Amino acid sequence: MTSLAAEDRRLALLTGDIGNRLFDSFQHNYPDRFVNCGVAEANMVGVAAGLALAGMKPVTYTIASFATTRCLEQIRVDLCYHRVPVVIVGVGAGLAYAANGGTHHACEDIALLKALPEMTVLCPGDPWEVRQLLQAAIAQDGPVYIRLGKKGERVIHDGRPHITIGKSLIIKSGRDVCLISTGNMLSLVLETASLLEDQDISTQVVSMPTVKPLDQEFLREAFSKFSMIVTIEEHSSKGGLGGSIAEWQSEHHVFTSQLVCIGTDDVFLHEGGGHDFARDFFGLTPLKMTKTIVSKVCLRKKKRVLELIE
Amino acid sequence: MHVNMKDIATVIRREVIHMSHRARAPHLGSALSCVDILIALYCKVLRINSSTPQHPDRDRFILSKGHAASALYATLAHRGFFPVDLLKTYGQSGGCLPEHPSPNCVPGIEIGSGSLGHGLSVANGLSLAARMQHKAYRVFALLSDGECNEGSTWEGALFAAAQGLESLAVIIDYNKWQATGRSDKIMGLKPLAKKWEAFGWSVHEVNGHDPTEVADALRDVPDKTGRPVALVAHTVKGKGVSFMEDDNNWHYRVPNDEDLASAVAELVLR
Repeated sequence: MTSLAAEDRRLALLTGDIGNRLFDSFQHNYPDRFVNCGVAEANMVGVAAGLALAGMKPVTYTIASFATTRCLEQIRVDLCYHRVPVVIVGVGAGLAYAANGGTHHACEDIALLKALPEMTVLCPGDPWEVRQLLQAAIAQDGPVYIRLGKKGERVIHDGRPHITIGKSLIIKSGRDVCLISTGNMLSLVLETASLLEDQDISTQVVSMPTVKPLDQEFLREAFSKFSMIVTIEEHSSKGGLGGSIAEWQSEHHVFTSQLVCIGTDDVFLHEGGGHDFARDFFGLTPLKMTKTIVSKVCLRKKKRVLELIE
Repeated sequence: MHVNMKDIATVIRREVIHMSHRARAPHLGSALSCVDILIALYCKVLRINSSTPQHPDRDRFILSKGHAASALYATLAHRGFFPVDLLKTYGQSGGCLPEHPSPNCVPGIEIGSGSLGHGLSVANGLSLAARMQHKAYRVFALLSDGECNEGSTWEGALFAAAQGLESLAVIIDYNKWQATGRSDKIMGLKPLAKKWEAFGWSVHEVNGHDPTEVADALRDVPDKTGRPVALVAHTVKGKGVSFMEDDNNWHYRVPNDEDLASAVAELVLR
């Protein structure tokens, strides 16, 4: 952000009283363009809209659940209805802040924001995707939601590819099953793929950081090539990436491949526990995802593979 | 330039009543309530030019109480932002003058509004942008007292004070009614002026039907206190038509032919 702010004098950073010390260098270098908006997300979104209407390029930053559901109407009216270039950055995708309890889980935000006209929804899967897509988002004309994990996600894209909005990236090639990952699940999806490969299921892994607009070109190709497509996300599969692809399938009458949607269930998690516990609760571990996928794989392989896994 | 603001207000009120009658559109009481405030702003306060409505240095006016759109449309038309004839299309299917303004629907509309409690935050952002861009424009936002029910209004009030947005002014059209009852009873707004003062604003109370008083209170924003300005404008809902004044039925009621004739008969230029 700090280096982007050096290039673009229109860039302004608004925070909802989080990110202690995270923005020190931005604040130090550009004190006039940094505003801590306090614990008042609705106002922060309106302020961002006003800044954008006057020609600035604001980025808002707070915890994903508060950045989205707390102020959904402001996002709809102030940002989308006015089609202003505001980037909403939500940190703590899905269950990343599991230990903080259900108030801090964000498993519905993709569904809610993708339903808003003019909104672009981005869920980067590793730090390189974050870097590339943040730049792309700031260059966009309309509102963008960027859904971040937390700190410390593993770098997947060692080759530093150029990443654009609306395009997917093939991380690993395969023939039978195509795993489409969005957001912070990417490294677990790669682990899942290697478990599937161990069971002799040739698996492709694709990172699809843009949930809206969908990469239709990729989907058309994938649905013509694989017998099974699996979407994986740390979000309810109702309305998330899985739901989006199911809608796309239905709209375009593409039923050549079986679609399996893996995500959180339609329930709140009330128990305490950290990120790993919460992922396990919803079946979002490599082993559990492998079982889910295998249980749906065509019968010929299924029996043998299930025996192996058990 | 000498302008007789009272005469202009009469013309606008007639226009607004015709618009409501023609379009069968509600919120007439709310529109009549703020006509004099709009006249003061558009005749005496705002540094704007209807031939350059997008000028980057123009003062911004935000109609946060979007349900009074008819009054703003009529004012803008009479100030030359678009042809007065266009007002006849208010509320019409496929027309560019919806009952609540949509973004950029006609020149002079700064934001789309209609959902209450949004205008102040957007005004905050516009005002903050002026500071970031070293511009001298000012921002004025017109709120209803009903809008002061919304938590986001008070978030915006706290923020503007903390940021010292001295080029920002809020005008509250304090007609003491909201959609279905007395605004002081429904949400305990009293004492409204003291609340804004306690929130760190520079507060003035005026008769919201005296355009000169309104203009005098707003002309010199920023007022050198370093604080944003809140103008609590005491008004009467339905102002200008005897049988509509302070009768909250006119929040939703639409004038029939007879009502129209009686109302217009009262609104004559002196």
